[in-house]
Amino acid sequence: MSKKTIYASVVVLAALVVFGCGKSKTTVTLAGSTAFQPFAEKLAEQYMQSHNNVNITVQGGGSAVGIQSANSGAAQIGMADMVQLPKEAQGLTSVIVARDGVAIVVNPKNPITNLTTDQVRDIFNGKITNWKEVGGNDAPITVVSREAGSGTRSSFEQIIGNIELKKDALVQDSNGTIRETVSNDPNSVSYLSHGLVNEKVKPLTLDGIQPTIENIVSGTYKISRPIFLLVKGQIQGEAKNFIDYILSPEGQKTIKDNGLLPANSK
Amino acid sequence: MKLVGEKGVKRILMAVAFSAISALLLITLFIINEGLPFIFKYGIKDFLFASDWNPAQGKFGIFPMIAASLWVTFGAMIIGAPLGVAVALFLSEYAPRPLMKAVKPTIELLAAIPSVVYGFIGVVVLAPFIRSYFGGPGLSLLAGCIILGIMILPTVISISIDSIMAVPRSYREGSLALGATTWQTIHMVTIKASKSGIIASIILGLGRAVGETMAVIMVSGNSVNIPHAATDSVRTLTANIALEMSYATGMHREALFATGVVLFIGIIILNSFASVALRKRTAKR
Amino acid sequence: MRIDPRHTQKAAVAILAGATVLVLLILVFIIVFILEKGLPVVNLQFLTTNPQEMGRSGGIFPTIIGTIILPVVALLIATPLGVFTAVYLSEYTRENTLTRIIRFGTDCLAGIPSIIFGLFGYIFFVITLQMGWSIMAGSLTLAVMVLPTIIRTSEEAVRAVPKVYREVSFSLGASGWQTVRKVILPNALPGIVTGVMLSIGRSIGETAAVIFTAGSSLRIPTSAFDSVRTMAVHFYLLAREGISQENAYGTAATLIIAVLIVNLTAYWIMNRFIARRG
Repeated sequence: MSKKTIYASVVVLAALVVFGCGKSKTTVTLAGSTAFQPFAEKLAEQYMQSHNNVNITVQGGGSAVGIQSANSGAAQIGMADMVQLPKEAQGLTSVIVARDGVAIVVNPKNPITNLTTDQVRDIFNGKITNWKEVGGNDAPITVVSREAGSGTRSSFEQIIGNIELKKDALVQDSNGTIRETVSNDPNSVSYLSHGLVNEKVKPLTLDGIQPTIENIVSGTYKISRPIFLLVKGQIQGEAKNFIDYILSPEGQKTIKDNGLLPANSK
Repeated sequence: MKLVGEKGVKRILMAVAFSAISALLLITLFIINEGLPFIFKYGIKDFLFASDWNPAQGKFGIFPMIAASLWVTFGAMIIGAPLGVAVALFLSEYAPRPLMKAVKPTIELLAAIPSVVYGFIGVVVLAPFIRSYFGGPGLSLLAGCIILGIMILPTVISISIDSIMAVPRSYREGSLALGATTWQTIHMVTIKASKSGIIASIILGLGRAVGETMAVIMVSGNSVNIPHAATDSVRTLTANIALEMSYATGMHREALFATGVVLFIGIIILNSFASVALRKRTAKR
Repeated sequence: MRIDPRHTQKAAVAILAGATVLVLLILVFIIVFILEKGLPVVNLQFLTTNPQEMGRSGGIFPTIIGTIILPVVALLIATPLGVFTAVYLSEYTRENTLTRIIRFGTDCLAGIPSIIFGLFGYIFFVITLQMGWSIMAGSLTLAVMVLPTIIRTSEEAVRAVPKVYREVSFSLGASGWQTVRKVILPNALPGIVTGVMLSIGRSIGETAAVIFTAGSSLRIPTSAFDSVRTMAVHFYLLAREGISQENAYGTAATLIIAVLIVNLTAYWIMNRFIARRG
C-alpha cells in the first residue's frame, strides 16, 4: 500500500471515530443540580430499560448550570434544587418532581438529642456558643453550614427563620463533606439531606419531632425543599415522556426508595 | 525529501505559536469580560476592602478572602518550595542515579492524585490532627497550607531536578577540581547555574497553589472572616468562586467572575515580583 | 570563625536527606492510605462492569475509558502546540518585550483556578461552539489548561541545551530546523517529558474543568461528541454526594495504580529512546 493510501485510511478512520457510528436514537440531556443527579441517573437507567429509542444523559454542574443550559438549549431538561427559582428561570416551565427533607445533625458522641427552633436559630446566629447552654457538654459549638445559594441551606434558613450565619461558621459545599466534617468533630452541628443520614452522624429531633419520612411527608417535620425540573417552553416530546415517568408511581417509588421524598408531600 | 524549506518551517512554527497564544488570550479576555463590568458597577473600593460578603443582601466585600489567599499561598510556599528544592538537590547531586530514576516518576505520580482525594485525606487525617494538637476546628489555614504545600511538591521537585541535571558536568568538575566540597559546589555553582529553572518551578508550583480549589475548599473551613491565627478557618478567593458558582445567577455570578479577575491581577503582581528578582540575579553575572 | 566546609557539607547532606525522607514518607502515606481503603473493593469485576445504582454498586469501567481518552486527546493537542511554540520563542525569535510578555502571560495563566477554565470551556465549547458536553469540549479545555505548563517547561528545557551544541551543529552545515530536530529536541526531551507528565497528571486529576465540559455521563462513549466521566469526577461525585465511600476509594486506588503504570512506562520508553541514541 502506498503512503497515500495509508494516510487516506487513517483520515477516514479518524473521522469515523470522531463522528461516531451514527445515532439512531433521540437524546435527552438533563443538567444541573448535583444533589439530584444520582437520582436522575437512576431514573434514566430504569426508563431506558423499557424505552430503547431514547438516550438519556445526566450532567451536573450545579443548579445555576441547570437553569443556564435549559435556557440555552444545551440541555432539554434543567435540574434545580433551589428553594425559590431566580429570575433567570422565569422563562422556563417548572415541575416539582421530588422533595428533600433536611435533618439537623450532630456528632454521635454528642449527648444532645433535641433542639428547639429558637435554639437552632441562636446557635447558627452565634448567640449560643457553648453546648452547655443547651444542656450538653462544656465545649464550644462548631457551626458548619452549606454555601450561600445552596437549596439545602436556603430551605433550612428560611424555615428556621431570621438566620444570619455567624462569621466564623465553617462552610462545606456538599452533603458528603458535611457528613464527613460532622462525623470527625465531636462539637459540630450542621444540617443534611435526610436521605444521607447514616450511622456516622446523629440526627436531632426538632421541637421534639423526628425527621422521618412520614413526618416530613405529612409536614409535621418542618424543613424540606423542592427539586425542580425546568424546560424551555412547553414540555413535549421525549422530555415530556421522561418527566411523566418520573412523576408516575413507579418513578416516585424509585425516588422514595433511594432517599428522597415524593413530589406531592408538603 | 524536503517538503518545506527553512522559511516554511519558520512560518509554520509561527502559526502554531500564534494559535497557542491566541487560545490563552481568549481565556484572559473571557475572564475580564465576565468580571470587569461588575467591578465598575459595584465600586472597586467596596469590593476589595469591605469585609461583608453576603450575596443574599447584595454585599460583596472580598477582603477576608484576599487576606486568606495571601496567607495560604505564602504558607504553602514556605512549606513546599524549600522542601521541594532540597529534595531536588538531594536526588540530583547526592543520590545514586538509579534511585533518582525510580523516585522521580513516583513523585510525579503525586501530581496525578485528584485534588479531591488530597482534600479528603486532609479532612479525615490532617484536620482531626490539627484540632487535637493545635486547637480550633481543625479545618483551617494551617491545614490548607500543609495540603497545598504537599500538592506543589511534584511540580517544584520535578522541574528543579531537570534544571539541576542540565547544568553541564564541566561546571561541577571545575569547582571540585578547585578543591570545593560537594556542598560548596552546589550552593556556589550548581544552584546559580540552574536558578532560572528552579525559580520557574516554584512559580509554576505557586501558580498551582493559588489556583487550587477543591482541596482548599475541603480543608480550610471556608469561614468568611479575616484569620487571626493559623488555626482559624479561612476562605480563599478560589474557594469563594467554586463554592458559590453552582448556584449563582445574576449579580452574584458577576461578582464571582470579578473575584477571578482580582485573582488574575494578584497572580500578575506575584509573577512580576518573581521576574524582577530573577532579572536582578542574572544581571549580576 | 570560619566553619570547616566539611562540616557544612555534612550538615547540608543531613538536611537534604532529611527533607527527602520526609517527602517520601508523605508520599508513601498518601498512597498507602488510598490503597488501604480502596484496594479491598477493586477486583476484575469492579474494573470491567458498569456502575449501577448511581455508583453505589457495580464497577467503574466507563470511567476508566474516560480517564484514558480525555488526557490523551488533550495532550495530543497541547504537546505539539506547546513544544513548537516554545521552540519558536526560543530559537526563532530574539529575546524582546513580546517574548517576555508571552512568557509572563503563560506563567500567570498557570495559576488560574481550574473552575474558571471549566466555565470558559462550558460557555465557549459546550454552548457557543455547540459541542455539547463532550470529549471534544473536555479535551480542548484541558489542552488550554495545560498549555502554559508545557510551553514553560519546554522552553526551559530548550534553553538549557548548551549553546555549544547549536554552534557545532551550524558549523557542520545544518539548517535551523535540522538543528532543532536532531540536536535541540532530543536533548531537551527529558525536560519536555517532565512537563508532559505533570500535565497528564493534572488532567487526570482534574474535576471542575471536566465536569463543566465533558460532563459526567456513565455511558461508554461512541464518538468524540459523547460525554464521558473520568475516575476523578466519579470519585468526586461519589464522595461528595455521600453515595459510596468504599467505591470512591476504590476508584481513587485504581486511579493511582493506573497513573503509576503510565508514568513508569513513559519513563522506561524514554530511557530506551535516549540510550539507543547513544
